Amino acid sequence: MMKPRNTTIRMAFMALALLAVLFAAGCAKNQNASLEPPMHTPENTLKPGVEYAVDVYDPLEGMNRRIYTFNYYFDKFIFLPVVNTYEFIMPDYVEDRVSNFVDNIFEFNNFTNNLLQLKFRSTAITLGRFLVNSTIGIAGLWDPATGMGMLRQTEDFGQTLGHYGVGNGPYIVLPVFGPSNLRDTTGLVTDAVAFSAAGPPAWVDDDDTTLIFNGVAAVDKRHRQSFRYYQTGSPFEYEMIRMLYASKREIEIAK
Amino acid sequence: MKSVDWLVVHASQGPESGDCFTLLEKKNKALLQPEGCLVASSNIKKFDPVGEKMLKHLYRFAFGWCCLLLLGCGLANAYDYPFADPYVATVLDTPKEFAAELPSEIPTKVDKIVMFEGRKTPGVLWNMDRLYYSYQQQKGPAPLIFLIAGTGASFKSSKMQTMQKAFYQAGFHVISLSSPTHPNFVVAASTSSVPGDLQEDSADLYRVMHAVWKKLQGKMEVTEFFLSGYSLGAAQSVFVTRIDEEEKVFNFKKVLLINPPVSLYNSVVILDNLLADNIPGGIDKFDEFYKDMIHAFGEAYAHGKHVEFNDEFLYEAYEYHKAPTDAPMEALIGASFRVSCENMVFASDVMTKAGYVVSKGLELGRHDHITPYVKVLSRLTFLDYFEGIFLPHFRSINPGHSETELIEKLSLRSIENYLRNSSKFGLITNEDDIILRPGEIDFLRAVFGSRATIFPHGGHCGNMAYPDNVAAMVGFFQNNKQN
Repeated sequence: MMKPRNTTIRMAFMALALLAVLFAAGCAKNQNASLEPPMHTPENTLKPGVEYAVDVYDPLEGMNRRIYTFNYYFDKFIFLPVVNTYEFIMPDYVEDRVSNFVDNIFEFNNFTNNLLQLKFRSTAITLGRFLVNSTIGIAGLWDPATGMGMLRQTEDFGQTLGHYGVGNGPYIVLPVFGPSNLRDTTGLVTDAVAFSAAGPPAWVDDDDTTLIFNGVAAVDKRHRQSFRYYQTGSPFEYEMIRMLYASKREIEIAK
Repeated sequence: MKSVDWLVVHASQGPESGDCFTLLEKKNKALLQPEGCLVASSNIKKFDPVGEKMLKHLYRFAFGWCCLLLLGCGLANAYDYPFADPYVATVLDTPKEFAAELPSEIPTKVDKIVMFEGRKTPGVLWNMDRLYYSYQQQKGPAPLIFLIAGTGASFKSSKMQTMQKAFYQAGFHVISLSSPTHPNFVVAASTSSVPGDLQEDSADLYRVMHAVWKKLQGKMEVTEFFLSGYSLGAAQSVFVTRIDEEEKVFNFKKVLLINPPVSLYNSVVILDNLLADNIPGGIDKFDEFYKDMIHAFGEAYAHGKHVEFNDEFLYEAYEYHKAPTDAPMEALIGASFRVSCENMVFASDVMTKAGYVVSKGLELGRHDHITPYVKVLSRLTFLDYFEGIFLPHFRSINPGHSETELIEKLSLRSIENYLRNSSKFGLITNEDDIILRPGEIDFLRAVFGSRATIFPHGGHCGNMAYPDNVAAMVGFFQNNKQN
């Protein structure tokens, strides 16, 4: 128990140190105001009163951009090497079983959030899925429920808040987790607390098991996520991801 | 997060897609691997000189019969690509259920190369200082195909992946390069960092090919060299071939153009106009258009059976809504082209300090607030770039050239005779390619004659993953192996 905790603390410390360096680097210089304006400026090109899809409320942009870069390095030097090793060792078949297992455990959050949104049909489907997959699907390693027409009803607490009209709030790039906003960060934390206090970890009540599960779930999640930082080839990747994150959540909340 | 992926791919590389179907697999395999039987027959020839004449007759008869059969099949079983509307085809490409059976993954290596030792990369473009490319290598000796991506697209765009899989599966080595209009190329491999000139960009491409080949030649056993590209990459491959005929590094045996533009200028004007012309209320209402699209996607998502966003979801959303007019599809193509332009022009402006949207002398850093630039660029067309950065650059190298002369230079018409007389070139395109002006398809048909395969529909590159297209693509290069 002590060993993993030490590693975690050391990693967290390293992460903080890297963040600090990035902040310091960003504050170093300032722009020269007396430059000749370019051919096309916002003043001579953009009309007043027009809205732009790329404009997302982002008061913490300076910090967010640095965390975005931090995530790139975290991915490159820590997360992806672990994921690549996992993919190298595990046959695809086993990877899929792990994904199913992880999904099945997290049905807890789908259940609570469907219930909180009073979506009773989806709540029942989620419960049915959990029962079928935990038994016939052998502890969730397989997903026979989908084959029976019970499709996964994904909901998280950010969506629940959105469902009841809570707006996005400022855009936030979370270390490691990536794009989010104030509402969804609140949701993420709430889901995590509820999950560990009343969900499967509380049922099992064994710290080591929970720790291992969290590690596996993190690797599995990154394994299934094909997004790679700075691979869009666009100099405006930060803006694009920011815009698309908001749109994606809007679509998910509408469901 | 899947959706972010998917949307980014679509937004940054243009509408692109690829992949698989089972029923047509057998048909494909037969078409894709005809050389096996021919190898066998040439062996017979060697050991049985007496029977040679009879074999020839038999051959002729069999060949004639096959032609008749194929013709019959063609008539009875017309081209069944699912979208007759060229704009729908261009946006949706070939949904998985209609696409050729290709491997879902092939062994791919991604590498990077420094083209200009000591070139300074500004902070805001820090992650683009080296040029990325990919290759797939066969175990033994095989022909090598260089692939050039279309406007704004990278070496790993989904259309490039379709080609990589098709050619790798058919036994070729493949090296894929990003378009000279891709920001990474503008920053790391373009001599002038002002993309748009067919000759200059092709010369840059040729230098990259040479440099990449120097790195790989020790590893790959190559029997001969081929070249192919789609869209703008197709036009560039003509000019690359011409350079190769002088430099003779590769001596490309065969070159395949897929959906090339005839005149860059005409095609750019068409694509520029698609955006503003098809958004109700004009470009300043883009935000509303975008919100409507997201809303429509949301509805399709809520009522559909898909849990994840991906290319198939796009098709499902289209099936769910089926807009009464082409306007939203046209606007989407225009938007995708505009996003490519924004990326390319910003990279060019920053690299050349042209003072186009960024003040001359302003050094943008890695974490600077650059949102205002993308907003300004979203209102500027490719033609604005042409006037603002490209023309001044071009005039500085070629004083005395008029704009009309330049526009003529940026066209396949400028090398019509070369194309007519060189048997290396093959063409696959569509009757209804949206980047062609009326009459341009006739020009292509006249110039390429029997070397052209022109499908009745598919829009701009929409049908590249369709089984007939994949078979035509691979068949073009395989025929060469038989000779």
